[in-house]
Amino acid sequence: MVEYDKKTLERLITGDLTWNELKPIISGRKDTNRFDMILKILQERVQWKEKILLPLHEHLYVVSKNGKRIVKCDCGYEFGDYRENWKTKCRVRVRDSAEQINQLYPKYMGSDPEWEEIREYFCPGCFILLDVETVPPGYPTIFNFLPDIDTFYEKWLNRKAPG
Amino acid sequence: MGEQKLGWEGKTLIEMLIESERLIEETKHYYGIEKMSLKEQDPFRYERAYASLRGSLVSARETALHVAASPIVKEIGELCFALYTPEGDSIVVSTGILVHVHTMSEAVKFIIKENYEEDPGINPGDIFLNNDPDCGNVHTTDVQTLIPIFWKKELIGWAGGVTHQIDTGGITPGHDLVAAIQRFDDGVYYTCRKIGSNDKIWKDHMINARRSVRTPMYWELDEKCRLAGDLMIRDAVLDFIEREGIDYYKRFIREAIEEGRVIVEKRVKERLIPGRYRAAAFFDLPMKKEAWQPRAKIDKITNEPLEIIVKEDGGISLSFEGASGPGANPMNCAKGAMEGGQWVLLTQILIYGDKVNDGAYFAVEKNYPLGTWCNPGDPYLSYQSPWGNLIPAYTGMMKCLSYGLFARGFREEVVPGYGFTGDGIQGGGIYSTGPLEGQRWALSTFEISGQGLGASAVRDGLNYGYAMWNPEADLGDVETWELFQGGVPYLARKVKPNTAGFGKYRGGAGFAGIGITAFSKEVDFFGARDGLVFHGSGGMHGGYPNATGYRLYAKNTNLQEIFQNQEDYPLGDPDPSNGEFEKLLKADIVRKPYCSIFPVTFENYDLFYHTQSGGPGYGDPLERKIDSVKKDLDEGIYTKEIVFEVYGVISDYDKVKEEWIINREATLKRREKLYSERKAKSLSFDEFWEYEKKKIVEKKLSEPVNRMYSESMQLSDKWAKQFREFWKLPNDFNLEVK
Repeated sequence: MVEYDKKTLERLITGDLTWNELKPIISGRKDTNRFDMILKILQERVQWKEKILLPLHEHLYVVSKNGKRIVKCDCGYEFGDYRENWKTKCRVRVRDSAEQINQLYPKYMGSDPEWEEIREYFCPGCFILLDVETVPPGYPTIFNFLPDIDTFYEKWLNRKAPG
Repeated sequence: MGEQKLGWEGKTLIEMLIESERLIEETKHYYGIEKMSLKEQDPFRYERAYASLRGSLVSARETALHVAASPIVKEIGELCFALYTPEGDSIVVSTGILVHVHTMSEAVKFIIKENYEEDPGINPGDIFLNNDPDCGNVHTTDVQTLIPIFWKKELIGWAGGVTHQIDTGGITPGHDLVAAIQRFDDGVYYTCRKIGSNDKIWKDHMINARRSVRTPMYWELDEKCRLAGDLMIRDAVLDFIEREGIDYYKRFIREAIEEGRVIVEKRVKERLIPGRYRAAAFFDLPMKKEAWQPRAKIDKITNEPLEIIVKEDGGISLSFEGASGPGANPMNCAKGAMEGGQWVLLTQILIYGDKVNDGAYFAVEKNYPLGTWCNPGDPYLSYQSPWGNLIPAYTGMMKCLSYGLFARGFREEVVPGYGFTGDGIQGGGIYSTGPLEGQRWALSTFEISGQGLGASAVRDGLNYGYAMWNPEADLGDVETWELFQGGVPYLARKVKPNTAGFGKYRGGAGFAGIGITAFSKEVDFFGARDGLVFHGSGGMHGGYPNATGYRLYAKNTNLQEIFQNQEDYPLGDPDPSNGEFEKLLKADIVRKPYCSIFPVTFENYDLFYHTQSGGPGYGDPLERKIDSVKKDLDEGIYTKEIVFEVYGVISDYDKVKEEWIINREATLKRREKLYSERKAKSLSFDEFWEYEKKKIVEKKLSEPVNRMYSESMQLSDKWAKQFREFWKLPNDFNLEVK
């Protein structure tokens, strides 16, 4: 059975593994305790005390707070019930003119704003960029991922689902 | 006419197919196999049996492509072989272009359902040819050869091989024709047609085929290549049965597929999280000004919304509910090609090291709504270039699975998407001088097999070295491409700056090339990829999509004079707003913000430029390490202006040291300023919602956007309901296109 030590996984998270270290992790059999190891590392890294149930995103976690499952940023900002799209609590910048799009992409190398705009979703707490949507104007905000936490814990991990 | 029933135990093939479908429906196990008895009784024999068949198929492919094959097939390996059950389910596959493993499965099922057993008959030594997407193919330039395998009087399987042709005689030269808008433009069609017997291809077929395409020599070479591979597979299967016995073979092929199905469910439970995943992708078809045919003159965006449910039992359901309609364009995609597509994604992301066969197909519930671009149900549409929609659409699947992989802790497996293996420059002409004078050449390189890969959650994407849909991630050698596209030698091929999607980890970079028309006449040129919309579903967790493509060419140039005077000529287009073409050439220079164009005619010394795709990025670009940005500058991945705007990095080039120098203090201040700009220039979500809704209710949407919403709402009540509910619109709200 493959297992990686905590230090290796910490360096995986920070992107510090060399290619020679990373390649066998990619192409080898997977470590069955990965979820628990990553959860433990992430819990130690955040500055708050709520228990992490699931890493949802590079900066967002589903956590247990007062018996409720909410989405929380590592800066501490709370987005509310995980069953609602966390993007609806974000600050949003819409780039829907050629001038705004060409700030990021050279001429001809970005979308035409008549066809597609760029939406940048920021955490209202730390203003980290959480998601970029490139969609036609008027497209509903996309709810990327709604995990089934009860099934995951109880049926797949065979543990009681945390509150 | 066949009189004897070809199936097992006195059944017809149709009866076997019906029984197979009934058993999986009732038991949820392939052919009702609930116990892997062969594997349990003697696992070594079972694994040896699988490995020997697998080895035979890989060997058949490698040998066949060296026996006889066109340059695309030989250089980039655009072929694959597979062994099927009598009902057409793949058991074991070769390496190669795997999307066709399942499309050939559909073709075999078509043969069975159309009762070829009765008429025209299926006999030992028969050869069938198929390139019809409506009954099992991606596009008409993928050509399949299928042969039945008999043991005594029973049909015990099928061998299938597919190669990608340079040209199939469509409305213009090429293999992904932008100008095709109906079946009759696509070129020669063979709809599961018998073309030979007694292991020989009929002479009348080959005469007809050679006259139906522009590159007859390559067609004939590839027919021989596919048949050679199929015959090698048949020999290997018969040797296998001699060795292991027919009873073992019959049980083994069922168990191998069931094991393939079970492996998918195991991998899903091992690596993902149950739940609902969503992504959206789009493709632009700006044909209002481009198309020749009046009814094709519309601007259109294809809606490619994807929802994936990972279920409690490890099964997956996948739906394109809300997809746009088909149309008078070549990007219509048959259901079989979509099914092949999802199969390939699973083999690349979850089951790459295991038994790869149609078990993965059976593990997924699929919804490709009838009457949409991904299941038109109309054989008279054009299916010349379904990749235009399929490729961006399936970036959504990669991104959805990556959300799950990330949450489970497998960050090294995350890939938000891949570069568009598009803008395969195409066309052709006739040599006007030299030893080949009067002969046709085709412009169809497969340089597209070297695109940027998306970043992962732990590292940057691979530069110009990945092809999701092609077997070899390789640009190929310029010298080989020039051999068969002799009328368009290369003037340059370089890394294209600013193509890599931005992010904490950037996507892989793309590249670009310049071709010059030479020694030829009657030269057509065209190409296609994303242009007005970004490719696919973009970046992930704050990463941006890779840059779009555009079109640039120059006619009536003074290149002959430049060459005579040994002056500088363009080697690229690093800054499109201050182009080398404009600076160094006297010519009629054409720039278009989109990439998909109908053919234009070139004269000698005319130039065209083509850009290949970068990959999408991962994470917030302001979290990218400053040293990594310096490396990007040194390697020409990004320019000074872009790293200033996107990464907040301030740099200057040191001509003496020949490297970029970063002003770290100024960079930190610049990054603080960009964070402040985010606060100042963003809206609350409620403000954003009001702002966007106004675009809809005040009819500010452009015609192609209106058309996209209108089609999706007409084709899917569910999607229309979601759209109306999100924007709190009345139940009867619709968008109309004038």
